[in-house]
Amino acid sequence: MDLRAIGESFIAWLEGLGIPQGWVLLINWILGALIILGIALLMALALIWLERKIAGRIQDRLGPNRVGPFGLIQPIADALKLLTKEDITPADADRITYNLAPAIAVFHVLMLFVVIPFADKVVGANINVGILYLMAFGALGTMAMLMAGWSSRNKYALLGGFRVVAQLFSYEIPIALVMMIPVLLVGSMNLNEIARGQGSLAGLGWYVWIMPAAFLLYFVAALAEGERAPFDLLEAESEIVAGYNIEYSAMKFAWFYLAFFLNTWILSAIATTLFLGGWQGPFVDQVPALGVVYFFLKTLIMFLAFAWVRATFPRLRIDQMMAFCWKVLVPMALALLLGSAIVVKMGTELNLPGVVTNGLMLVMNIVIVLVTLSLLGRYTRTLHETKNKRLFSPELPRL
Amino acid sequence: MVGQALFILTAGITLLMALGVVLARNLFHAALFLVGAFFGIAVLFILLEAEFLGAAQIIIYIGAIATLIVFAIMLSRHVMGKEAGAYNRNWYFALAGVVFFFLLLGWLLIKMPFNLVTAEVPADAIAQIGQGFVGHYVVPFEVASVLLLVALIGAIMLARER
Repeated sequence: MDLRAIGESFIAWLEGLGIPQGWVLLINWILGALIILGIALLMALALIWLERKIAGRIQDRLGPNRVGPFGLIQPIADALKLLTKEDITPADADRITYNLAPAIAVFHVLMLFVVIPFADKVVGANINVGILYLMAFGALGTMAMLMAGWSSRNKYALLGGFRVVAQLFSYEIPIALVMMIPVLLVGSMNLNEIARGQGSLAGLGWYVWIMPAAFLLYFVAALAEGERAPFDLLEAESEIVAGYNIEYSAMKFAWFYLAFFLNTWILSAIATTLFLGGWQGPFVDQVPALGVVYFFLKTLIMFLAFAWVRATFPRLRIDQMMAFCWKVLVPMALALLLGSAIVVKMGTELNLPGVVTNGLMLVMNIVIVLVTLSLLGRYTRTLHETKNKRLFSPELPRL
Repeated sequence: MVGQALFILTAGITLLMALGVVLARNLFHAALFLVGAFFGIAVLFILLEAEFLGAAQIIIYIGAIATLIVFAIMLSRHVMGKEAGAYNRNWYFALAGVVFFFLLLGWLLIKMPFNLVTAEVPADAIAQIGQGFVGHYVVPFEVASVLLLVALIGAIMLARER
């Protein structure tokens, strides 16, 4: 069973009906867009239930358990509740910007679904600049939150907007640098090619084994990009009430909520594609449709890891978070990128076999992690000596 | 045909957005119009099958520059939420300058002999752009990088606590 074959037979059937080719293409595009939209929106409902249930279990609670078996219908009940709530716009708000912000927030995440390869070549748009595309539309999300924060005419919303820029801008740098490392190894920015490049050695070719440091760095930076604890300072209830979306109610708030969950899923999907082999798995060459199953399974595991971190870690302080990005993650990402470039170049110049290059890459990754950890360890020791346990405090010795 | 219609639509929207930048009374709205104009230009690049330029346009101009502009506007207290006139007493000087510049550009566009190549766009255009950056055009590329580095260090020096 090949998903591509189904698509092609569908095209042939349409053409057999005597529809001109241009229209067949148009129908295909619209259908593809609707399928991706449907998957995304339905999945969001399931993800919301899952995250709440998992967080409940981890924190020794029951989680949603009233509506339907195991609270399964809870997200639908929530959606109905939000639909029937009163839609409030602050009297002083900048109306057009205020109403546009939630739409753009969801739009930018849905646009990211387009380039994710669900199975071999099963992808909305198989473009050559996939990674750049991801970064481009990721940046649009910052804009939506800024618009929400500014147009609400609320001090807390505005402070939330400032934090959005500071946080998402800063963490975009390490994440972009790290996403370039698989590109170096594969020699293509096409996400499908990157997933295909990890097929060797029955799972040992996944980049998470070859560059664990890069994966780790991506994971930490993605926590911040996805506004999740311990980096959820954009919506820190105890500090700025609810952040940029404080004035939003009813369905408009639901849109931000939806964008948040889809964003986390997309970050998991990118991690799967770049580091966990994407749709690769046993027997995927014989039965290409299995790729979808593997892809969704791996993404689900990544999503659960995100949910686990969110349910267990306490929130950082804003200056700690910024210092951690600029003083730890960015130098580490730069070192990783430089090291990977040198290793890849050495591999091609000296004609080393792929296994040796990958081994060198692994050694380089481990060395960089050890150096980072020892530097951090030395820093915390000096902190203990000064008898002040606040990490990254401005008046203490610098990193 | 469809391509032509898409081009006219996108170009029209881009122009409207650009007009909005100039005419909006609220500085924040002007910045948002600017984002719209940048986005329209990115779409034009993509219509020309230059996906790399399109993506780079969005990353650099919307992701970085426009967001910084908006951030700067949000930080300046006097502009927040107030209407600011788009004109001052010198507007006719500005108009003369702009008209002159527009005529110059138009004259250049008409007089310039463009070497049109009818060859197909290569499939791996992005790989060729990359090769060009580190091959034939390595000196300008590196000079641009050094310039950015100098700007970065300068900004840090200015913002340093003394």
